[in-house]
Amino acid sequence: MYAEFGDSRTAASGGVDLETNQSLQALAAALRARGLPWVRDIVPALCGVAVHFDPFHPALPARVLEEFPALLEDAFKAAGKFEDSGRTVEVPVCYDAIYALDMDEVSGTTRLSPSQIQKLHVSSKHLVLMVGFSPGQPYIGGLDPKLAVPRRATPRTVMPAGSVAIANAQTAVYPYETPGGWSIIGRTPLRVFDPAREPASLFAPGDRVHFIPISRDEFESLA
Amino acid sequence: MSLRIVRPGLLTTVQDRGRFGLQHFGVVPCGPMDPVALELANALVGNRGDEAALEITLLGPEIAFESDALVALCGAEMEARAGGVPMPTDRPVLLEKGTVLNARRATLGSRAYLAVAGGIAIDPVLGSRSTYLPARFGGLQGRALRAGDGLPLIDRVSAISQGRYESLKGKKIFGRLRSVSWSAPALTLPAREPIVIHAMAGRHHALFDAAARRAFFEATWKVTPDSNRMGFRLAGPVLARAEAGEIISEPTCLGTVQVPPNGLPIALMADHQTTGGYPKIAEIAAADVPRLAQLAPGGAVQFARCTLEQAGELRRVLRQRVDAARRALAWDYR
Repeated sequence: MYAEFGDSRTAASGGVDLETNQSLQALAAALRARGLPWVRDIVPALCGVAVHFDPFHPALPARVLEEFPALLEDAFKAAGKFEDSGRTVEVPVCYDAIYALDMDEVSGTTRLSPSQIQKLHVSSKHLVLMVGFSPGQPYIGGLDPKLAVPRRATPRTVMPAGSVAIANAQTAVYPYETPGGWSIIGRTPLRVFDPAREPASLFAPGDRVHFIPISRDEFESLA
Repeated sequence: MSLRIVRPGLLTTVQDRGRFGLQHFGVVPCGPMDPVALELANALVGNRGDEAALEITLLGPEIAFESDALVALCGAEMEARAGGVPMPTDRPVLLEKGTVLNARRATLGSRAYLAVAGGIAIDPVLGSRSTYLPARFGGLQGRALRAGDGLPLIDRVSAISQGRYESLKGKKIFGRLRSVSWSAPALTLPAREPIVIHAMAGRHHALFDAAARRAFFEATWKVTPDSNRMGFRLAGPVLARAEAGEIISEPTCLGTVQVPPNGLPIALMADHQTTGGYPKIAEIAAADVPRLAQLAPGGAVQFARCTLEQAGELRRVLRQRVDAARRALAWDYR
């Protein structure tokens, strides 16, 4: 459960199941609660936690990496059971073909109609496993296995901002217009990340997510 | 109290130490590519280490000072003139109101830092003034500086800055700039190429075939022209995996060396993505990242394998050298 990363960062890691992710989120919370002054960032991810520290901090223990496994073990003991963030994020999504750029392909792969895909996506129990890649971008687990599609063979050069896309067992919502290899099944009018807003990120690890279908008219009035 | 950009140079951005504590929201710290040079530049003008300065890349800007300013240019060696005379680097210089600083080509290294006493007075975003180019926030409107941009300066300078300003203001000069005869050491410039950068085996080192594992630490790599603040792309032998297979997306770090499917490694730099799914062949020792950052496109680098303990020792040595430089300049300042 422990792997070294480098001399200014370290990580714990495990398998890629929901249970592991939840115990890692609990670990991240327990580590954060320690308030170690030399720790800069604690990043819970799908199947690991990265701890970034200030390599020049005056309070940094000389043998920090040697001592880290013991510190992690303590944190694991203190962590207890996973508790979700207590938040449910409601995300309006328009699944209309004008935004669902890859719906036909997903429909072909899964042999489900677009309306069945929408229904299964809405009824899945979604949980934010990690936020990463670009500011505010959530990796959301819990997708109905019937919707599991591989990444696209050729990534799109442009995923429009707000795109709701699926790959394997996850959903992502793209905060920025970026390249990407996931299949787009809808779009949200919400701003996923806004540095002027408090909190800036719509999603945080441990959030439950409800996708709420909206019409094109509703999308346009919210955008 | 302000400065105005006459000509922006290749890529000039506002950077402070960085935006920490938000990587779990996908927000990378950004900050200076060479934090050592930024720290010395700030120290030379009497600023705290976390004040914002300008990061200048390869080709410098032309900047008009609309008030007296105590400045220091550190990091890459640049052809720079102020008020028509050569501008000394790595030391404090008092530029009088109306002076135009003209920084041209970097002759050694690739990134210079211009600190101004007080610091740059733009509003922090999420706790930092660093420019986050990929996400377009922080710094000045989240972008590189352009001709015509005005940057206000913080006019409440520290007592140290004020003392240094006054001692230079009172100095007799003969057609030169108001400065001192000593300079701070350049701790991160490439002495000769290939530069040697220490790195540890990465988490996925064993996934590469034997030839690739050897080649990474034996080859001479060249920084390609499409390298940027997100990552340095390295040209050299193609690194093949022993077996294919996807890596689950996991956190990445400053100094992580990852290898995308084309087999050419990318060293992750200040603006890197916070997570990634490419295998990591190596992790660069934290103390050596600033030296790598000073390598210009076309520059050559070799990786020397080191242990975690050696990386820690490199860190302690670098810290001692920076601290010694800071003590020396505090003493020499008169």
